Amino acid sequence: MSRYDAIVVGGGHNGLVTAAYLARAGRKTLVLERRPLVGGAAVTEEIFPGFKFSVYSYVVSLLRPEIIRDLDLPRHGLQILPLESTVVPLDNGDYLGSWADSDLTRRELARHSRKDAEAATLFGRLMHHMAMAVKPILGMVPPDPASLAPSDLKGMLQFAGHFRSLGAERFHALYKLMTMSSADYLDEWFEFDPLKATKSASGIIGTFLGPRSPGTAYVLLHHYMGEIDGAFRAWGFQKGGTGAISEAIARAARSLGAEIRTGADVERVLVKGGRTTGVALASGEEITAPIVVSGLDPRRTFTQLVDPKEMPGDVVEAIARFKFRGSSGKVNLALSHLPDLTCLPGAGPHLRGAISISPSLDHLERAYDDAKYGEFSRNPYMDVVIPSMIDPGMAPPGKHVMSIFVQYAPYALNGGWTDARREAFGDAVVNTLARYAPNIRSAIIGRQVLTPLDIERTTGLSEGNIFAGELALHQLFFFRPVPGWAKYRTPIRGYWQCGAGTHPGGGIMGASGRLAALEILRGSGA
Amino acid sequence: MLKTTPFHPRTAPLVQGQAWRRWAGYAVPSAYELVHDREYAAIRNAAALIDVSPLYKYLISGPDSARLLDRMVTRDVTKCRVGQVMYTPWCDSHGKVIDDGTVSRLGERLYRLTSAEPNLRWLSLNGAGMDVAIEEISERTGALALQGPLSRTILQQIAAADLATLKYFRLVETSLGGIPVTISRTGYTGDLGYEIWVDAAHAVALWDALIAAGLPYGITPAGIWALDLARIEAGLVMLDVDYHSSHHALIEAQKSSPLELGLEWTVSWDKGPYNGRRALAAERARGAAWRFVGMTVDWVSLESLYAGVGLPPHLPTIAWRGSAPVYRDGKQIGYASSGCWSPLLKQYLALAHLRAPHFAAGNDVRLEVTVEHQRRQAYARVAKLPFFDPERKRA
Amino acid sequence: MTPPVDAIVIGAGVNGLAAAATLAKTGHRVLVLERGEAAGGQGRSLEFAPGFRADPLGMDAGWLPPPMAKALGLAGIERTVPELTVAVPAGPKEWLALSRDPSRAAEAIRRHSVADAGRWGAFTSRMAKLSGFLESLYTIPPADIDSSALADLLPLLGVLRKLRGLGRADMVELLRTVPMSVQELLDDWFECASLKAAVGAGGVRNIRQGPRSGGTAFVLLHHQVGAPAGAMGGRGFWTAGPDALIARLIEAARGFGVQIRCGADVHRVLVSDDRTAGVVLASGEEIRSASVLSTADPARTLLGMVDPVWLDPEFRLAVSNIKFRGSSSKVLYALDALPEFPGLPEPDRSLRGTLSLTGTLDELERAADAAKYGAVSDRLHIELQVQSLRWPEMAPSGKHVMVAHAQWTPHQLREGAWNDQARTALADRVTKRISGVAPGFAARVRHREVLTPVDLETRYRLTEGAITQGEMTLDQILFMRPVAGAARYATPIAGLYLGGVGSHPGSGIAGGPGWLAAKRLLREWRDRGARG
Repeated sequence: MSRYDAIVVGGGHNGLVTAAYLARAGRKTLVLERRPLVGGAAVTEEIFPGFKFSVYSYVVSLLRPEIIRDLDLPRHGLQILPLESTVVPLDNGDYLGSWADSDLTRRELARHSRKDAEAATLFGRLMHHMAMAVKPILGMVPPDPASLAPSDLKGMLQFAGHFRSLGAERFHALYKLMTMSSADYLDEWFEFDPLKATKSASGIIGTFLGPRSPGTAYVLLHHYMGEIDGAFRAWGFQKGGTGAISEAIARAARSLGAEIRTGADVERVLVKGGRTTGVALASGEEITAPIVVSGLDPRRTFTQLVDPKEMPGDVVEAIARFKFRGSSGKVNLALSHLPDLTCLPGAGPHLRGAISISPSLDHLERAYDDAKYGEFSRNPYMDVVIPSMIDPGMAPPGKHVMSIFVQYAPYALNGGWTDARREAFGDAVVNTLARYAPNIRSAIIGRQVLTPLDIERTTGLSEGNIFAGELALHQLFFFRPVPGWAKYRTPIRGYWQCGAGTHPGGGIMGASGRLAALEILRGSGA
Repeated sequence: MLKTTPFHPRTAPLVQGQAWRRWAGYAVPSAYELVHDREYAAIRNAAALIDVSPLYKYLISGPDSARLLDRMVTRDVTKCRVGQVMYTPWCDSHGKVIDDGTVSRLGERLYRLTSAEPNLRWLSLNGAGMDVAIEEISERTGALALQGPLSRTILQQIAAADLATLKYFRLVETSLGGIPVTISRTGYTGDLGYEIWVDAAHAVALWDALIAAGLPYGITPAGIWALDLARIEAGLVMLDVDYHSSHHALIEAQKSSPLELGLEWTVSWDKGPYNGRRALAAERARGAAWRFVGMTVDWVSLESLYAGVGLPPHLPTIAWRGSAPVYRDGKQIGYASSGCWSPLLKQYLALAHLRAPHFAAGNDVRLEVTVEHQRRQAYARVAKLPFFDPERKRA
Repeated sequence: MTPPVDAIVIGAGVNGLAAAATLAKTGHRVLVLERGEAAGGQGRSLEFAPGFRADPLGMDAGWLPPPMAKALGLAGIERTVPELTVAVPAGPKEWLALSRDPSRAAEAIRRHSVADAGRWGAFTSRMAKLSGFLESLYTIPPADIDSSALADLLPLLGVLRKLRGLGRADMVELLRTVPMSVQELLDDWFECASLKAAVGAGGVRNIRQGPRSGGTAFVLLHHQVGAPAGAMGGRGFWTAGPDALIARLIEAARGFGVQIRCGADVHRVLVSDDRTAGVVLASGEEIRSASVLSTADPARTLLGMVDPVWLDPEFRLAVSNIKFRGSSSKVLYALDALPEFPGLPEPDRSLRGTLSLTGTLDELERAADAAKYGAVSDRLHIELQVQSLRWPEMAPSGKHVMVAHAQWTPHQLREGAWNDQARTALADRVTKRISGVAPGFAARVRHREVLTPVDLETRYRLTEGAITQGEMTLDQILFMRPVAGAARYATPIAGLYLGGVGSHPGSGIAGGPGWLAAKRLLREWRDRGARG
């Protein structure tokens, strides 16, 4: 029986980040991952011989620069290649493009609306300010709003003071951003519908909300966050797929002394007298440690890894109310040749960027309407990328891999997901894409369709929610995952949480894992 | 690919060194010849032909057209007569400059506005609730500046109108070699000069006609480098170089008011309401905190700094754009935003933003210069703008 | 020739009268200008068929802020809260009727869900606590983030104390609830679909969104402000008649010396040198005054009455971006006999409350879906009130008046327009829907009158026919109502104030916006007086 200072349950990227930081501080740390490979939802797998896919999470945006620097990730294999453009095929046969060069983007936009081209510059400036306003919050351990403890009061004052320091104009803009729908927010700036649709699309990813649902506007910020925190043009592909990021963090963690065991399925966290003593594996093996950190989502962390009886009733109830509602699917295609877009024929540079199937707000909204009542979208929103265009190693020479992120596919499908429904969903995706690139059908030599149920089964993410819990306003900051337990602790002493279900959560960011590690080190007298 | 102007078929073959630069999304020549000296000399000596088509142009028409412009810009547009042109900045409600350009009154209820940046949205917002039509004509209108002492002579060869009677900042609708144009006696060189506005479809023909008529008088196509030297000598402020649009500035300190830019003369204090009026009146009452001024660098001082490392003075023959700290009594009091060696005045000139009360003409200050990788301070003196102001400009 | 006045109030509705009375009470000369031929505004009842009167827009009496009622001597206007506040279909010929008394309501709920019956008491008391907190916010002006003046901060401290006073659980619950959708809120508590629909309808009234939209939980709380604890949708009605409050306000205002001029349609607000100088009537008559308080909606006031040159273009844009989105219509029915709703318990009592014809939240959401695409719902969400049961004098003896509130019918139709044909089709659709639960209803209709959002816009001069003068969504309440930069009643034009429903605390708070706006103007006068 081994003895560790800390055990991290789950080798997703946040768990690995936590482990690396704990190891860096000299803690003997063990990561236990159920699957044969680390990464959780950030994994690269060869689904068809010679074709490698970032199976779930497929682009990198907000990986915290301080993590990259602290863990020296480029030395361990991190290499992010730029994802420069987005092309939106329109229903009238035209397209809307956005390119790396601002003159070209402005000109392209002016082709559709001169006013919007001007507004885009002003909008970008506002988003810059909003991102500046939000950035400190992403790096802040959420205070408990109802607590009277001096540290929490100080935290709340800091939080309130931060908003006050923005001044009225920016505070109001931020307030609107937090409360409005992306469609309404963009309506105040732009007139060209496909532009609003495409910008809105980033606001609905991973949520069970439509572009006209309040609470979707603030996600617009994500696009601008990267530009202010030293990771300019941060959107991109990891060379070798998102799994290579996980591997880079794992390598960094190992080099700092952490141990990582794959194929180790943690069945439960051991608790004695309100305190954790270690974990028990499905194999029956028990490993002891005074600190156990769960990188799993809140439902698993609070009510499945431990006996809910060990948790206060109101916490169990709050976790039961925490919304997962996985709403997205993924289709991975192995292609014999490149898609040919009707609106922009040929293998042009646009295929090195994203192809966004978001021709109108109505398209997105109707896709949501289908899902609201328990069906997958007949004409879904899709974010299509061809990683092999940027990283040729992902597919055999001359062949390609295509990654399609799809919304909406509700976890709670009417009648439940079956193999037949999964394939019908895959057909809907291919049919929708074929409207804009008719040759896609003949190019497909392999197709993997992943429903939220598949995502749950493989990655363990409850209800297949890619953010380990919806990023809705009432599930953010000191509400994430539960008021009073948003500071990475749990009611069980020594038992911590570090996954994307904690603040700030979402995407391959690593911030939750880092903040959790720092809190653990602080809380355990480091 | 970047956009090209309507004159591109004529200008492109002339660019000997492929020295192009971006201007509002267009590719324009920095210089046609390998050395731009002759292009500059033409501005002051004969006539230079400069493609200024990338300027943004708008037509404003309708019963409320004057009202719209008057509530937007700082000049009193109600005083602008048909055939008159006004240079003016325009501000946000805090009195900070958004852009600057010209208002040309083409008819009773018809105006043309030119600007450095796109302003269609701003015009529309200002015109909301008014009976006015706003049309952007940037792409379909070509613009050439013919600048220099012989510009009038050249134009008169082929102009239908009598240009001798066309006064400074006036315009005339006429034809050149049979091509319908609008000629305004305006420019960005501080010299005698004209700007010619033409339908893009006739651009190439107009170019050919002007070159043919101007050849005996030394007409010379000139690029942006030559223009930049001339505009510094003329003390003319440039957006995105000497100041930032308040619509694009990221922080308050990056914004400027017309008073700070030395454009107080363009601000009307007695007209009706317009954007920034209250803020400008308050600023005027307390005195502007900054002022945009000229500076001449002391030659002896510069020479001795370079002599210290065994070199002759290095002179910016191409105007620089950037930021160089300006000191007085050991403290930084501002910064220069552009500078050049004036071939005509034989002086190192700079345009600078200085804090009150240091901006009075005649004050001795120091400009930071980098001499062989070392930061040094050269003596300089605050000068009245423009540096160069020939009588022929207005005559 | 009108004698000089200290302030002109535009509009003699509840807010205009409350504002005028508040100003006049301190001895100021106040002139109220009303476009209509009588005071009352959108709260005034009207005769829509010979002998048949209706209060077309008021779904309930709203909440009269007690400090205002006290100040203006309005205390003691009697209000009736019906015994059964709301009833919804719960199956074929089956209804769930909620009593104002939580324990009686729980009994009714128990027939559908034992678990829900058990939670009803806890739910209603939590809602009462949370809406009680809103009440404290609704008697003070919205906070000003930039202000550090003691006068601005003191009331806020009181609110913070009250927030802390809620205790940990309720305080966290309030913060969590406000941004939620009413569906999420109800899913957290209940399993019975008809119960959720009965309560959820209060979360979507007069907004364009459906119950799945964030912020609708707040709308529900907002509509509970002033309701007796435990009574969902139970703000009741003025016992003496729909015009009872108006009548008392007119009396109070006149008592303080307010002059009310009807038939005076304000066309423009005069501005000179950035200051208000008076108003011009449609007749061309000019009335000078340095202070004008408008209860017309913010867009009509700032965009319609003020010359654009006086306003910052960005501010004007912000005003034009206010979401009005009127999407409710009304059908007024003159009935020969009371309709019969098979299965409805205690019809006489149920019909004194509100009948909500939508039995599930999904149906409610579907009814809202069409509006997103600029179309009228196939299956409208309809709420019915038989006003002649509340006030017998509204109809000839034995006859009845019923008002149907129909959602969603967007102001701007993507296809077609609100012409007579569309109006008739809408009324037919409403009648048919009612006949579905009240067989033989159509035969009892003697006359009907349709008010689409376009009719509301024309009749009441409400932008986009929005009764709310701006939706009560999270981005348009408190310091954002009606728009940042005019949320504390003063506008960028000195002397011009907004005091209509478009201002904080918004719709359903009878007289609240006008009262708070008047207090703001009084403070301005006092400060100016103090400065000499």
